[in-house]
Amino acid sequence: MTHTVNLVLNGERRAIALDDPRVTLLDLLRERLDLTGTKKGCDRGQCGACTVIVDGRRVNACMSLAVTLDGAEVTTIEGLAQNGELHPVQAAFIEHDGLQCGYCTPGQIMSAVALIAGGEAADIGDDPERLREAMSGNICRCGAHRGIIEAVLDARTRMADAKKEQAA
Amino acid sequence: MSDAIPTPEHARFGSNSGEALSRRDGHDKVTGAATFAADNTPAGTLHAVYAAAGIARGRVLTLDVEAARAHPGVVEVMTPADPPKLAMDPENKFHGFAFRFDCLQNDRVRFAGQPIALVVGETLEAATEGARLLAPTYEAETPGMGFDAEAPYAPEAVGIGAAPAASKGDMEAGIAAAAQVIETRYETPAQYHNAMEPHAVVAQWDGDRVTLDMPNQAPVMSRPMYAAFLGIPPENILIRTPYLGGGFGSKAIVNGPQMLAVLAARKLGRPVKLVLKREQMFGPVGHRGATRQDLRLGLDAEGGLTALEHKALSVTSRFDEFIEPAANASLHLYPAPAISVSHQAVRNDVGTPAPMRAPGEAPGLTALECAIDEAAAAAGLDPLAFRLRNYAETHPMTGLPYSSKALRECLELGAERFGWAGRPMAPRTMRDAQGRLLGWGLGVAQFPATFFAAAARATLRADGTALVETSGVDMGQGAWTALAQIAADGLGLSIDRIEFRSGSSDLPDAGIAGGSGHTATAGSALHSAGVDAIARLAEIATEDPESPLFGAGNSGTVAKDGRIHRRDDDSRSESYADILARAGHATLVGEGSASRPASAGEQHAFFSHGAVFAETAVDPDLGQVRVTRMVGAFAAGRVINPKLVRSQLEGGMIWGVGFALHEEASHDPVTGRVRNGDLAGYHVPVHADIPELTVLTVDEVDPHVNLLGVKGVGELSITGAAAAVANAVAHATGVRPRRFPIRMETLIG
Amino acid sequence: MNRFDYIRPASLEEALAAGARPGAAYLAGGTNLLDLMKVGVAAPALLVDVTRLPGLDAIEETAEGDLRIGAMVRNSDIARAPEIKALFPMLAEALLSGASAQLRNAATAGGNVLQRPRAALLDGMRGDDRDLAVLGWTDACACVHPSDFAVALAALDARLEIAGAAGLRAVPLADFLSLPEGAAEAVPALAAGELLTAVVLPAAAARVAGHARYVKLRERTSFAFALVSVAAALEMEGGRIRSARLALGGVAHKPWRTPAAEAALAGAAPGPEVFARAAALALEGAAPSGDNAFKIELARRLVARALALAAAGTPARVPALPASPLDADHGAPAYV
Repeated sequence: MTHTVNLVLNGERRAIALDDPRVTLLDLLRERLDLTGTKKGCDRGQCGACTVIVDGRRVNACMSLAVTLDGAEVTTIEGLAQNGELHPVQAAFIEHDGLQCGYCTPGQIMSAVALIAGGEAADIGDDPERLREAMSGNICRCGAHRGIIEAVLDARTRMADAKKEQAA
Repeated sequence: MSDAIPTPEHARFGSNSGEALSRRDGHDKVTGAATFAADNTPAGTLHAVYAAAGIARGRVLTLDVEAARAHPGVVEVMTPADPPKLAMDPENKFHGFAFRFDCLQNDRVRFAGQPIALVVGETLEAATEGARLLAPTYEAETPGMGFDAEAPYAPEAVGIGAAPAASKGDMEAGIAAAAQVIETRYETPAQYHNAMEPHAVVAQWDGDRVTLDMPNQAPVMSRPMYAAFLGIPPENILIRTPYLGGGFGSKAIVNGPQMLAVLAARKLGRPVKLVLKREQMFGPVGHRGATRQDLRLGLDAEGGLTALEHKALSVTSRFDEFIEPAANASLHLYPAPAISVSHQAVRNDVGTPAPMRAPGEAPGLTALECAIDEAAAAAGLDPLAFRLRNYAETHPMTGLPYSSKALRECLELGAERFGWAGRPMAPRTMRDAQGRLLGWGLGVAQFPATFFAAAARATLRADGTALVETSGVDMGQGAWTALAQIAADGLGLSIDRIEFRSGSSDLPDAGIAGGSGHTATAGSALHSAGVDAIARLAEIATEDPESPLFGAGNSGTVAKDGRIHRRDDDSRSESYADILARAGHATLVGEGSASRPASAGEQHAFFSHGAVFAETAVDPDLGQVRVTRMVGAFAAGRVINPKLVRSQLEGGMIWGVGFALHEEASHDPVTGRVRNGDLAGYHVPVHADIPELTVLTVDEVDPHVNLLGVKGVGELSITGAAAAVANAVAHATGVRPRRFPIRMETLIG
Repeated sequence: MNRFDYIRPASLEEALAAGARPGAAYLAGGTNLLDLMKVGVAAPALLVDVTRLPGLDAIEETAEGDLRIGAMVRNSDIARAPEIKALFPMLAEALLSGASAQLRNAATAGGNVLQRPRAALLDGMRGDDRDLAVLGWTDACACVHPSDFAVALAALDARLEIAGAAGLRAVPLADFLSLPEGAAEAVPALAAGELLTAVVLPAAAARVAGHARYVKLRERTSFAFALVSVAAALEMEGGRIRSARLALGGVAHKPWRTPAAEAALAGAAPGPEVFARAAALALEGAAPSGDNAFKIELARRLVARALALAAAGTPARVPALPASPLDADHGAPAYV
């Protein structure tokens, strides 16, 4: 039986015919839609490399069956930069060297973007300790932790400043 | 925390080296555009999944191949009933990096997680379920696990071809002369590399040629190895690794799963993709073998070492050897009159260990640096003072001078930044505002400044840009950036005029990205290639009467910013493009190579050094530990890119935290399986474990180590860091941890 | 994963009918079920997606004044809900100490309570001794319940609302998991096709809001299962403990309530001696199931710590490192 899954994927409406309900969101993106920026590190919800944003929340794409997502809005790392301009979090990762091998990086960035935009941001504020706790679902094996946390704090500040400027 | 590392003047090596450039591959990595091996899905790709042995020793009795084949979408099931053909026996250790691997040649099981069948499907879902449906049954034997599984034996070599024992002086005399003797034992567990990118391969055959998209730390070196097993000429194999998602030593070795996928692609005539599941990375792709280390230190009345003995028992597999060369860490750091190191090995029914970030040095220096702390305490000396008291001015074994050694400066700088001076001698005396026990610990870091062999090519182009090529691999250390910086300087060009190609086996051999020697080795080759190209260009110009450089042959020329200048008259110069155009050359190629002459090792000892300081907080009742801050000061020759070097050094320090507090594979004694073999069970540090990290570098001018004066930083900082944490815990609690990782039950008394 | 059919019923009735079919399993957040399916432990023939059923996605006050958490409310939403923060802050701390933000965003209240022990993934292997139970274990089962949420719920006398063909019924969480003779893990008290529809917190349990803590020992600072955890809550009156609630995690096949310890605390003035006595009572009957005797002592100490922290008062805000003894500002100093 073929299931139709309607998604708004990186801002674009997609009607996806799915012949197999076993396909996870992660494998749908990577193996069927050629969106390979989202990485598979464990396929078990244990590393965060596959973090994407579904309806405004960061989730592990590996632990979500695509067929359950009919009507969802999904943002992946490919959908972040707008008109060739990097998202502030992406730019900050480069500037603070918040990456080494780069494999966990898309997941770290998506996690940070959702965190800054979502309800958690108010809880975390600019407290690096709370941020480290909040980012602990994204494992980095190279050891880029310091740069990642600095990048997220910096991006958060810049985004808040930009918002203030816009308002003023 | 974010203070920039100042760049000393000499570090400049042209206009690019020494600059804290951001990663040139950063944009692709933050946008998801960087393609790792498994991101390739050529048209018609089939997916392969292997069934992994659920026992560690015995035989596979049955596999339900029919059930697997009957599953919709399953295309092929490969089992030992019809062994895939290999041109060479995978037991053949024909190469220093050849490890025995399992490729369905028979029904024997010799470690848990070994491939016992391969299922290929039209979809990943079909192949995955097909592999599950095989439902293997076994004739199981009791696996041998642990240090005492059987009698140890004396290995012929440790690490990759290193001597298993070495000594100088009279050990018993050294012990006899000691005012006191410290005898101590440390144990380190099996640890798994767990790069974030699982091992993967996408294999595409075209006749008798094959393209392998795979993470590979040594694409050119691997080619003849694949060729030997596949029975085709090495030049028919193209290995592409533009990005590698963490290697740490585990991605330079031919292994069974990847080979099976290559064979399946050949058999089926379609591209095949295989990606290891995370839990499959606990077996066929190497690990750091467990060690049990016994140290004996003799001390004179003033706290000077009279003897240093280090014996290691390393676990290897039943069927092959990689002996963690832990005891050799005691050969290069402390100047005792008598030094003796030796290794024994014990066979377990586990996958064969492999080099893992700082093989030997990581567990070895951890044990040594903990033992040194014990000795310092016994001598009544501050740990830092004790290390300065026992400072090796020349190499302890050979007496050779170090090519450079700024360890003393590292100790002083690190101590100052950390605030070490206020450290009370007695343990269990410091508390934080919450009443938690605080401790400060120190560990010295040391790693050989290795140098391998490499080649590179630099091609000057008519438009004044250049193409620079070497096979080298960026696995996060920053080769795309640092090597391009070196290459640009070799050519006298700014980096934006360089096209840098790397990460492919059809390029000049850059050797292995490993051993902390890649930047020095590949960088030297790249530099030479640039120098060669410029020399050829200068020759054309200086012999051309129409060039302003005509006749400059005697006084010589200098290349900078895309122009060649007369050395004796800077105002007379000509651009590369103009020289090429007039000579009618579209391009001009320079070749470079690099190797360290064997005689170099007869004149100097080559090592990087560092000092890691750690503060830990320990709950006095509950024994839970957290590293609250770390300062590392390192001296590793010339720094090509301070930003990237800092990141690598931080990474190693974080590995030290994991070594000290988290990482351990737990084996089931019945089946021999790693029962915590996933990332929920096998803990590596998370963000919350890494509160504050400071990296400092000490400038070293080293004219001896290699042309560039570059040492390596990929592995240096894990050595020392684990001991710093353990020593801090001992200082906090008064309990000396002897097993890693340090557990709560050890500390609650 | 085996092949399965997938349906997304629009009503509870439809869901219950589908859930009663042979081989059916309810799918909510998926973070546990999918994991079990991926390793081949669970192989349902039919997945009944209950995430969009009406009426299961809200936190609301019942007519009796209790707080009903719909089974489909995500863990992160529970932890951030104002009424949870105000009335049951211990629940928020427990939830936020579990898993990762990504998993909490997906996992539901019902799924969390129903998650199977980590040992279920071990394919018949016995777990590492340190992960095994020290209370209530049998030769057949020494595995531990993995949930943090359920430990806090047990301490708060939470009830589970269960829908079946015959309508709704309520079961105290404490009675929900039982360990039949010879079973390899605890079994939830659910008949075929029954669906857990809500977790209900009795209004009376809110009386401990000012003195309630969840404390959790784990082998890295975050994103790890509990080695041992304790939910401790005190109802204080005139400087004395009027009543106490205590539950342990990581030590048994289910959240482990400790009636004897709670009784010993009732009426006492808070202090190290009374906490130590309660801790000893809480671990009465504990026995190592392997080389894990240290867990008994750790649990004892953690009970005393959790009680001391609870007595000191619930912090105004969930700590930066929820439930961690290593938090920089972990309530009042409580060390001996």
